[in-house]
Amino acid sequence: MRSQKTLWLKIVVHAAAWVPFIALAWGYWQGGLGPDPTGEVIRRTGRVAIVFLILSLVPTAVKLLAGSGALIKVRRILGLYAFMYAALHFLGFAWLDYGFDLPFLLPALVDGRRTLAGLIALIVLLLLAITSTSGWIRRLGKNWKRLHRLTYLASVLVVLHYAWSFKELRAVPVVAGAILLLLLVMRIPPVARFLARWRRR
Amino acid sequence: MVKIHPSEITPEHVYVNRRQFLIGAGAVIASWALGGCACPQEPEQQPPSGTAVPVESPQASADAGDLEDELNTFEEITTFNNFYEFSLSKTAVAGLAEDFKTSPWRVEVGGLVSNPNTFGLEDILKFEQEERIYRMRCVEAWSMVIPWNGFPLRKLLEEVEPTSDAKYVRFETLYDPEQMPGQNSSVLDWPYVEGLRLDEAMHDLTLLATGLYGKDLLPQNGAPVRLVVPWKYGFKSIKSIVGIKLVAEQPVTTWAAASPTEYGFYANVNPDVSHPRWSQASERRIGESGRRETLLFNGYGEEVAALYEGMDLEKKF
Repeated sequence: MRSQKTLWLKIVVHAAAWVPFIALAWGYWQGGLGPDPTGEVIRRTGRVAIVFLILSLVPTAVKLLAGSGALIKVRRILGLYAFMYAALHFLGFAWLDYGFDLPFLLPALVDGRRTLAGLIALIVLLLLAITSTSGWIRRLGKNWKRLHRLTYLASVLVVLHYAWSFKELRAVPVVAGAILLLLLVMRIPPVARFLARWRRR
Repeated sequence: MVKIHPSEITPEHVYVNRRQFLIGAGAVIASWALGGCACPQEPEQQPPSGTAVPVESPQASADAGDLEDELNTFEEITTFNNFYEFSLSKTAVAGLAEDFKTSPWRVEVGGLVSNPNTFGLEDILKFEQEERIYRMRCVEAWSMVIPWNGFPLRKLLEEVEPTSDAKYVRFETLYDPEQMPGQNSSVLDWPYVEGLRLDEAMHDLTLLATGLYGKDLLPQNGAPVRLVVPWKYGFKSIKSIVGIKLVAEQPVTTWAAASPTEYGFYANVNPDVSHPRWSQASERRIGESGRRETLLFNGYGEEVAALYEGMDLEKKF
């Protein structure tokens, strides 16, 4: 019964993860992405990546708040989809926009904190994706958990990267930042202990 | 001066009829008076398309390099718009601006002038309209090539006769939150204000545009009358203007007020002065794949560099 539920949960996550990809690929193929398809690919993949990255922090939060670990089973795939969309986002930038034209691409990557934040986050997510397998979890032991705390750094950088990509401070990244802050604060040991006491009452 | 061959042009084919375009350095292309726009007072001046007379550009230079500029399509120009008064989403502006009322329209021109005047749209259209094909470079690092119709701002300023105290020109967009839903949000300080130094405003490249592709401006492009300053980032080219004021002090402009370390008063296109958050070295031309190198003064250096002689472009960005 229990594994049945987990199976359904996984199906929902996989389906939700592929719908934006298929819609985007279809739109690109059909020329339905408007006058700036390159920009549209970059923007959409970036937004989906952020959603999945933030969602990957939810299972632990639910456990802290409600005591239920049911969602922990999908935490890894949520994180992997965040990486997949982050990689697509980078490809949109480096390939569709810059055509891998290194004399333009390399300076653009390091000039200005917007791309720099995104680049560091991408490298972190790559590292975490590689070490997300059971083999690596076993091999790294205690250090695996330590290493994967880097997801906090990546999520903060990603929200900053998002906020910095607009000319002005825009509401959506601020909301994303507020949600992220909440999810991160819950994990601070004294707060987590307080939540545990509050839950038992 | 860079020639564009007719075969290179993505045509808005009803309009662009195998004429030769000159772009870049000179930028004055064909002074075909009033063709296609709403000019009831002088209908006899509409020339048959295809017979435009090329006008000598002011300082045409031979070697601006082959920029291979193609016109952006009417569709691209009218569906991809930065116009925060309507929406923060570039593709949502056209729909939201559909019912924007551009008539009657009045532009109050005053301040430090001997001959203040309020121009109705019909008065503005009496100035001899010409076509100018300009590159437009947005501070967000995308660009387009747009065939504007309009006339040099200088001609309007000469009519109101700026006094010797006038050093700057301050422009203001309409404030009407009922028609411009974006003005209900506090994302920027409304109304939108832009400004130019008087010599920039008097420069021949500085255009008051009333149309593009030979048609009246659509609301999403800043109807009925807007500024076009092709060597500066797009946000300087203020839309839907209702006020022009000659002033003594440098005006406080909207983006410079919103974030003074990121958006300067001058906002000259400059690949060597990065936005603090992103590079300005290259740009994405809408409709093309790959990047283009961004040019100092957006490629209009021959015409405008003299305006900034001795000025530190990094400090006065």
